[in-house]
Amino acid sequence: MRRAIVTGTATVSGVVLLLGLKPHSNTPLAARGVTNNFTITQSGGSGGSGGSQPSSGSSGSSSTSGSASQPGSAPSSSGSSGSSAQSAQSAPKSGASSSSAAPASTTKTITGDAADTRYGPVQLSVTFSGKKITQIQVLQYPTETGRDQEINSYAIPQLNQQAMSAQSANIDGVSGATYTSEGYQQSLQSAIDKAGA
Amino acid sequence: MTDGKVRYVEPVMGTVFSIVADVGDGIPAAVDRLHAIDAKFSTYREDSAISRMARGEAIERDPEIAEVLRRCAEVEADTAGAFSAYPAGRLDPSGWVKGWAIEEVDRLLTAAGSRNHLIVGGGDVQARGEADLGRPWTVGIADPRRPERYAALVSGRDFAVATSGTTERGAHIIDPATARPATGFLAVTLIGARIARADAYATAVFAMGPERGLEWVEERQGFEAYAVLPDGTTVETAGFARYLAG
Repeated sequence: MRRAIVTGTATVSGVVLLLGLKPHSNTPLAARGVTNNFTITQSGGSGGSGGSQPSSGSSGSSSTSGSASQPGSAPSSSGSSGSSAQSAQSAPKSGASSSSAAPASTTKTITGDAADTRYGPVQLSVTFSGKKITQIQVLQYPTETGRDQEINSYAIPQLNQQAMSAQSANIDGVSGATYTSEGYQQSLQSAIDKAGA
Repeated sequence: MTDGKVRYVEPVMGTVFSIVADVGDGIPAAVDRLHAIDAKFSTYREDSAISRMARGEAIERDPEIAEVLRRCAEVEADTAGAFSAYPAGRLDPSGWVKGWAIEEVDRLLTAAGSRNHLIVGGGDVQARGEADLGRPWTVGIADPRRPERYAALVSGRDFAVATSGTTERGAHIIDPATARPATGFLAVTLIGARIARADAYATAVFAMGPERGLEWVEERQGFEAYAVLPDGTTVETAGFARYLAG
């Protein structure tokens, strides 16, 4: 069984992505006044794992277990207003936590394959410190067609669900579509495979 | 946020299960359980017991399979056939199995000491306890027209949310009455106490279509429904609003 397990806590410290959330006039989100920056962070949580899409080849299980230790990386960094295409290394750390430095080991950033989804490609850049994922950057994600809609929000619905926080809404889980998250999983898995982590 | 919780994601059963829990001690057993359920019940695995049964092969009597088929029969009776373990004429209890698998994870996490956890399996959610002290779990209902967006946010303690729709895998719910894909909803979401039944009911209501489906849910104690119709309008049962987050 191909699997990439990222358990434990505090393995992902950086901002994953910051996206503008354009409220949709009909949605409760809009009604509730959630506007502008929709921040997806990994706050002291693991970044999840790769998806074993049935078609993709199998590889050994790569298990990154943070287990009980709390490396104490900064819970999140807000305030980065970059687009999702910014460098994977560039998310500033504004964490309050003191020991934000990852344990010294090889740090590398791997670009995952672009995974096609029904709504467009999803591509991630994943930064590893040793076997730990320290940052996930979304390089490509589906954007709605139709510029008039000015849609620039994108929530990776399932994988980042526990980590998603909007300014006035915490979403713990998502019921419904999972297409794009599968793409996220595929790209993440390919990065993990390439990293040999 | 739900700081201090253990988070875990596992690809299994052709989708992704994610867990956030107070205490992670039950997770290894839960993950093993998911894979065991998949091995036995997958309709995509030629060698699963369900696939063998569907081909008419004799299999050893299995109490777990018997139990699942019994539950399927209950829901089939409940829904006047809108749910079936034979949705396309062939044995396929998946409409019950995924939700039941989530309940099994819930059970194992609870047994291992977690009081507050959220399990998501392929877009079906079981919430137990609360997200943080005094903060209920909040679940986004994906908008079937724009899956990167939420149609609604619901919140609560000890509740389950299941969505059936055409977004995830295309039109994939077969109406047993017509043996054709049901198309009356873009998506329908059921809220209930436990995910297996909520999920099976969501499948059934989707097959029933909007006119009959919503009324049917109104008659069911402990269940609420929210639906998005092909023209983009939304309908909901009378009690749904109390779950709306905000």
